[in-house]
Amino acid sequence: MSDLGEAGTLAAIGTMAAVTYAMRAGGFWLMSRVRLTARLRRTLEALPGTVVVATVLPIAVREGLPALLGIAAACSAMVLRRNDFLAVIVGMAVAALARAWLI
Amino acid sequence: MSTQESPAAARPVWSLAGLRLGAMTIVPALPGMMAFAIAVGATEARKGFGLLDSFLMNLMVYAGASQIVAMEAWPQSITLASLVALALLMLTVNARMLLFGASLQPWLGPLPAWQVYPMLQLSTDPGWLITMRYRAEGGNDAGFFLGGAIVVWVAWMSATTVGYLLGALVADPRRIALDLVLPIFFAVMVTPFWRGRRRAVAWGAAGAVALLTSWLVPGWWFVITGALVGSVIEGFGEGRRR
Repeated sequence: MSDLGEAGTLAAIGTMAAVTYAMRAGGFWLMSRVRLTARLRRTLEALPGTVVVATVLPIAVREGLPALLGIAAACSAMVLRRNDFLAVIVGMAVAALARAWLI
Repeated sequence: MSTQESPAAARPVWSLAGLRLGAMTIVPALPGMMAFAIAVGATEARKGFGLLDSFLMNLMVYAGASQIVAMEAWPQSITLASLVALALLMLTVNARMLLFGASLQPWLGPLPAWQVYPMLQLSTDPGWLITMRYRAEGGNDAGFFLGGAIVVWVAWMSATTVGYLLGALVADPRRIALDLVLPIFFAVMVTPFWRGRRRAVAWGAAGAVALLTSWLVPGWWFVITGALVGSVIEGFGEGRRR
């Protein structure tokens, strides 16, 4: 197939943007055509937690001990102090230190 | 089919106070998010994107994790086939956004389409998470979502530009654990959602299925499979609770 040349980068960015907007709007649109039962509502309400667990765990396992320590430290800081900013800083500091010392 | 008028759910309101509350609630998420945005901008510079192309991508795609993945897999020359490949890549990394919109629908559904659909372009991981937290605590002001979204947008556009200009300064993002910003940030945002044993089953299932998927299937499908299985267990398992 032929090279799209100069326009290629713009076409690529446009494609990426279109697909991503379809994801952003698609779930909302789809759920407006589906009858919302109590079970479906509970399923949707559980999504924030399960999306995060399903994203974080495979990445953490792939990245090894420093990542796991950093995430554990960040969650502990969040439970103890309820401060998102502090928790992120603590988590990154622990992960960076663990990398420096363990690897 | 679409008779979802639930008498219990009051139509969301719009107010300046809600806008302001959303804007203020998102602030603690900004430093972590901006560190990530700087890494995205720096990657764009290192991969040889022009300033205008980089700006356009940040503005229109507006999804950092997927942009980094796409740039790692960027084709030598752009053909129709490579456009299809890029589209598939975006589909898998960003399919979790389907879940954002789906979970906002029961709440924002009663609003007119012209108010919701443009606003959805501004949905982001942190914006969605704080909005769901706000809604779970009984909030009903759609301005909350927009207020947080606008702040994230401004922070993202400025931090990616700074990252692009700094470029080489973040030469080794791994050393300061910048590559772990996303999982750490996610874990922190979700900690307040913990609701004891019932959630433990759903979260455990989500984690197990995601791990298994990540070992068996390449790409980012693990987010989708894990989240769906975990959520369905929580939503449909209620009847069997003692």
